Amino acid sequence: MKRIGVFVCHCGSNIANTVHCEKVAQVAKDFPGVVLSTDYKYMCSEPGQVMIQEAIREHNLDGYVVAACSPRMHEPTFRKCAARAGMNPYMVEQVNIREQCSWVHANKEKGTEKSIDLLRMGVAKVVKNEPLYSTTIPVTKRSLVIGGGIAGIQAALDIANAGYPVTLLDREHTIGGRMAQVDKTFPTLDCSACILTPKMVEAAQHPNIELMTYAEVEAVDGFVGNFDVTIRKKARYVDFDQCTGCGACTEKCPKKVPSEFEMELGMRKAIYTPFPQAVPNKPIIDAKHCRYLLDGKCGICKKVCPTGAVDYEQKDELIVERFGAIVVATGFEQFDISAYEEYGAGKIPDVITGLHLERLMNASGPTAGKIKRPSDGKVPEKIVFVKCVGSRDEAKGRPYCSKACCMYVAKHATLLKEKMPNSKSYIFYMDVRTPGKNYEEFYARTQNEYDAQYIRGRVSKIFQVGDKLIVRGEDSLLGRPVEIEADLVVLAAGMDPRGDAKDLARTLGISYDQHGWFTEAHPKLQPVETHTAGIYLAGACQGPKDIPDSVAQASAAAVKAAGLLSKPELTSEAMTALCDEAICSGCGLCQSICPYKSIEIKSINERYHGQMRQRRVSNVNQGLCQGCGACTVACPSGAMNLKGFTNDQILAEVDALCQR
Amino acid sequence: MSAVDNPKQPAKEWEPNIVGFACNWCTYAGADLAGLSRMQYPPNVKLVRVPCSGRTNPQFVLRAFQKGADAVLVAGCHPGDCHYATGNYFTRRRYLLMQRMLEFMGIDPRRFQARWISGSEAPKFRDVVTQMTEEIKALGPNRKLREEI
Ligand SMILES: Cc1cc2nc3c(=O)[nH]c(=O)nc-3n(C[C@H](O)[C@H](O)[C@H](O)COP(=O)(O)OP(=O)(O)OC[C@H]3O[C@@H](n4cnc5c(N)ncnc54)[C@H](O)[C@@H]3O)c2cc1C
Ligand code: SF4
Ligand code: SF4
Ligand code: FES
Repeated sequence: MKRIGVFVCHCGSNIANTVHCEKVAQVAKDFPGVVLSTDYKYMCSEPGQVMIQEAIREHNLDGYVVAACSPRMHEPTFRKCAARAGMNPYMVEQVNIREQCSWVHANKEKGTEKSIDLLRMGVAKVVKNEPLYSTTIPVTKRSLVIGGGIAGIQAALDIANAGYPVTLLDREHTIGGRMAQVDKTFPTLDCSACILTPKMVEAAQHPNIELMTYAEVEAVDGFVGNFDVTIRKKARYVDFDQCTGCGACTEKCPKKVPSEFEMELGMRKAIYTPFPQAVPNKPIIDAKHCRYLLDGKCGICKKVCPTGAVDYEQKDELIVERFGAIVVATGFEQFDISAYEEYGAGKIPDVITGLHLERLMNASGPTAGKIKRPSDGKVPEKIVFVKCVGSRDEAKGRPYCSKACCMYVAKHATLLKEKMPNSKSYIFYMDVRTPGKNYEEFYARTQNEYDAQYIRGRVSKIFQVGDKLIVRGEDSLLGRPVEIEADLVVLAAGMDPRGDAKDLARTLGISYDQHGWFTEAHPKLQPVETHTAGIYLAGACQGPKDIPDSVAQASAAAVKAAGLLSKPELTSEAMTALCDEAICSGCGLCQSICPYKSIEIKSINERYHGQMRQRRVSNVNQGLCQGCGACTVACPSGAMNLKGFTNDQILAEVDALCQR
Repeated sequence: MSAVDNPKQPAKEWEPNIVGFACNWCTYAGADLAGLSRMQYPPNVKLVRVPCSGRTNPQFVLRAFQKGADAVLVAGCHPGDCHYATGNYFTRRRYLLMQRMLEFMGIDPRRFQARWISGSEAPKFRDVVTQMTEEIKALGPNRKLREEI
């Protein structure tokens, strides 16, 4: 039998007022295993702890129970106290006779009785405690950032500046993300390219950053500190080592296709760079449209390339690299407006989205910054904005607010007035939300100085009459219908998660909400962590965000990642699951229930009736297990147990509580 | 025989003994908050701290009834709020099955309850404990499954 000590705390008068502490200590002397039981005014105080440490040595204790406040408060204190006396810190149990007895039961007899019950439970448990140890795992000091929008760029720069190598991966040909498409940015109206391009270049030239564009994450194995990531480097058909970016190929390529970057308002070639400031600034061939790759005809780019960089034979390449931490920054997609048939969305060419307008306003956009409507190139005078399209609309499955639209619509109205003083913007809105620094002021200026007319109410229908767009809606403040004859309609389309966000989440083993936004580990206290240790979130992939929020979150994620990489090794939880291989049947039920993917089924060789045989058993990765215990209940063989909360320990507690 | 003659049976009102499994992150914290707020409730429910409600093996529940518990409470975070993301979904499923099985064995379903009590819901903790104690008092001692002591 183990030698157990019991220490009952008075907590000044907090416990002693309504619990007979001496009596509790006295009764505990008879509990099995108890060799010493005593009470004291303040167990957590320095003299109290010294007393415990002396008792440990003097009575040669194997473990002890302290009856005091909540273990959620002082468990670490009493564990450390044990360690200082040379006792394994997990040989300590704390029972809660303050929050659960003295403070809630005014009846001193009843409180005392319950305290005794709880203490009996603690003693019954601690005799079954075993010393526990945390394990250590090495950390690969490199980070992967998935997605090279402003959030990904910022995270990569911060991690790189902290001194760790970063691979910045984007599936597109260039980094920059949505911000590269935006013309000017609220609330200061500085040009997006002017503040973004230097960051893109800095990322590309940073000695600690490796840029890996036109690449996708295919598989992720391993765990915190050591993720093995399989990356597909898609064929570009241009050898970047040879290419100088002269542009001769793009000029001569005969194939024109609508440009995704220009929201199909302009054209690009089949061999192209998406926009002039793209990083890397070298062209790739779009295999879906290249005449040579489709049917072997053409081959012009190869002929005109002065360095022989064009390589039609290039193939996708799969590589596996190891990273200690991963930051996910895959951003958002603009809501597909064609769901709003009543607005003629997707059918009437002059009903466009916010991003279309960004491109029309941009000096290097398809119209060189002149606002011309898509249908006939006419300069619009009356422009109607409709807000909350694909946001705050249960019927369209988008109950959430997209956060940036209120402000970008105000920005659009301001910029349009600046560009075209004779124009007039009408803005249909449900609410105007401006919770950011200088946002409300910006909105006020849009109304007062830039003459934008805000109309509260929903638009019911938009249709074409001649070359005008009739916008029918309701002014809910005046309570009457309104009709505006507009030249151009801009739908402030909300933010959607990336179409394939869920696939990426499954690959990474992180969770997502009902819409597909990645879920943070805790909505308030762990907003950039995920449930998978070592994987962090930055930017709009976690939920709609504007640039300042995306950047702030990116820096936060970078600190988390750098903090992880700065550790020489990781110390894992001590109270983790452990499989008893002798009785495990290898059924794998534990594997499917584990929320942290910590369990693998492995093969072992064993001697069975004098012969060697192979058997499959479960194996818990001690570095990943968070100690929830779900697997222990799923296991039909009783092979899986949770250290510190073993079946035996809990059953002993139950027995003790029932034995009175 | 009067109570006075029988020293083994003191003239004390019968009190139900209820074993509660409380997850460390929500319900145990809610109970702590009830304490900090000095809320008063009956002392009949005694909490076994488990990391997550999903750690509560049905075996523990059966054992409690066998050893003489009059009722069992399993309490954890609200669905969706489990510290380990999904633990309490399994608790919820298991609990429903378990309750039906116990009912089949003759145990009144009120003797086995699952509750979602967050770390801030101290009043809810107090109410659940108070209500359950009253219910079980009305039901009387549990005799089913019980090992002869
Ligand atoms: C019309 C409009 C105007 C706006 N104007 C403003 C403004 O004026 N001011 C402001 O503060 N905000 C504005 N915003 C919001 C701003 O665009 C976002 O806050 C910002 O782009 C979010 O950055 P991000 O890096 O999180 O995501 P993104 O910009 O979406 O970048 C994500 C990157 O990840 C890559 N990626 C995606 N999936 C994968 C994958 N599976 N693997 C690899 N790479 C992947 C993408 O290619 C992309 O490069 C506007 C938004 C819209 C729609
Ligand atoms: S205790 Fe939880 S985290 Fe650990 S292996 Fe079991 S299910 Fe996974
Ligand atoms: S559930 Fe139990 S028996 Fe099945 S593989 Fe896991 S540990 Fe082994
Ligand atoms: S942690 Fe509370 S129910 Fe899982």
